Amino acid sequence: MIALSVFDLSLAAVLVLLLALVSRRVHPGMDRQLTVAAVRTVVQLLLIGLVLKALFASTGLLWVALLSLLMLAVAGREVMARQHRRFVGLWGYGIGLVSMFISSFSVTLFALLAVIGNQPWYEPQYAIPLLGMLLGNTMNGVSLALDRLTQSAWDQRAVIEARLMLGDSSAEAISDIRRQVFRSGLIPIINAMAAAGVVSLPGMMTGQILAGAPPVEAVKYQILIMFLITAGAGFGTLAAVHLAVRRLFDDRQRLRLERLTR
Amino acid sequence: MLLSVTNLVVRNRPPVSFELAAGECLCLSGPSGVGKTLLLRALADLDLNEGEVLLDGRRRETWPPAEWRSRVMLVPSESYWWAPTVGDHFARRDERLLEALGFGPAVMDWRVERLSSGERQRLAVARALVRAPRVLLLDEPTANLDPESTARVEAVLGACRRDTAAGMLWVSHSQAQIRRVADGWFSMTEEGLGEVQRLS
Repeated sequence: MIALSVFDLSLAAVLVLLLALVSRRVHPGMDRQLTVAAVRTVVQLLLIGLVLKALFASTGLLWVALLSLLMLAVAGREVMARQHRRFVGLWGYGIGLVSMFISSFSVTLFALLAVIGNQPWYEPQYAIPLLGMLLGNTMNGVSLALDRLTQSAWDQRAVIEARLMLGDSSAEAISDIRRQVFRSGLIPIINAMAAAGVVSLPGMMTGQILAGAPPVEAVKYQILIMFLITAGAGFGTLAAVHLAVRRLFDDRQRLRLERLTR
Repeated sequence: MLLSVTNLVVRNRPPVSFELAAGECLCLSGPSGVGKTLLLRALADLDLNEGEVLLDGRRRETWPPAEWRSRVMLVPSESYWWAPTVGDHFARRDERLLEALGFGPAVMDWRVERLSSGERQRLAVARALVRAPRVLLLDEPTANLDPESTARVEAVLGACRRDTAAGMLWVSHSQAQIRRVADGWFSMTEEGLGEVQRLS
């Protein structure tokens, strides 16, 4: 692989700076946002690069587990931050966290142990990037679904309660919303699978090809990743919607919207 | 006793107690904002509330929630419709009931967005009645209706009381209506529920 120098990266940075200058005329303040985001990218990626370098040198299970939990915690915070109406208290953080833990961690473990089968199974070169891709995609599905679920329940309170009054169970009363919400959580990943290779060349595959891997080997890895991501995002969304619906109703199947932030 | 309510408390309102016999209709009136709708919602167990409510002597907590609500059924003052056609909201077709309310059988295929407010209100009573509740909690069921439709709804509810011995708690502001439909009447104030006045 051709190594990139600081000069090479600076050339690419000039493009972003140019965009920032031009965008100032169209939208004042956009230049600042662009610059801040670009600087964050550099700092965050350099940091994770250093962390991975140290991690690859040690290959201790403890360190892999610690970094994984840190990534999970940040993903959980991100899901919470994306909710317009989130659950009050620990639930606001917990539902996203638990559902991502269940799906991303188990799917990653499954891939490492059953599919890839490297030695040791927690080898960070495989474990961390896999988990990262799964968490990132599961996070999108979970946060989209939770946001739509809580917002729809809030907006359609009258309809949900009308069905309860007629003797429907809480599951029946929220079934239409639940269906739409599950769909909205899965649509991004279905679109990604449908467009893969035709409209977009997935980033991981591109990276492997640039690093000199044979294209068909890179494609096989990409297919594996796509399936893992679909399973991770899908099961994560299912779990999040299940937990959130349970929390929206109490043991007497009353709709408890005061459990959401206003 | 069909329904007995002891010290029912919703949102720091005064406790409420009363009894409703099978086939009995009690009317409830009182200024708006005093908590009539809250009381009906609490009886249907839609909001957090405390106190003892028995149906046929059996405590509310021992019924599965959906079963309780299908027996102690609330018909709110404004009805909501979630499926495309009227028929989608009906557990069972009952053409005699629909006819008594002034509808032909084709009403089941009507689109809900085309219903007038009066049609919605009559059909909301109908979709509740076909589920055969033991107790009906009626929140101003004839508020938006012309005299003819009001008479139809009163007749249908009266027939339901006679035929199925359902009990009714009926919020109404019209003294004339209360005299037509009720066995007893009580009023609600900030201090709570008054004594039941028997009507002959």
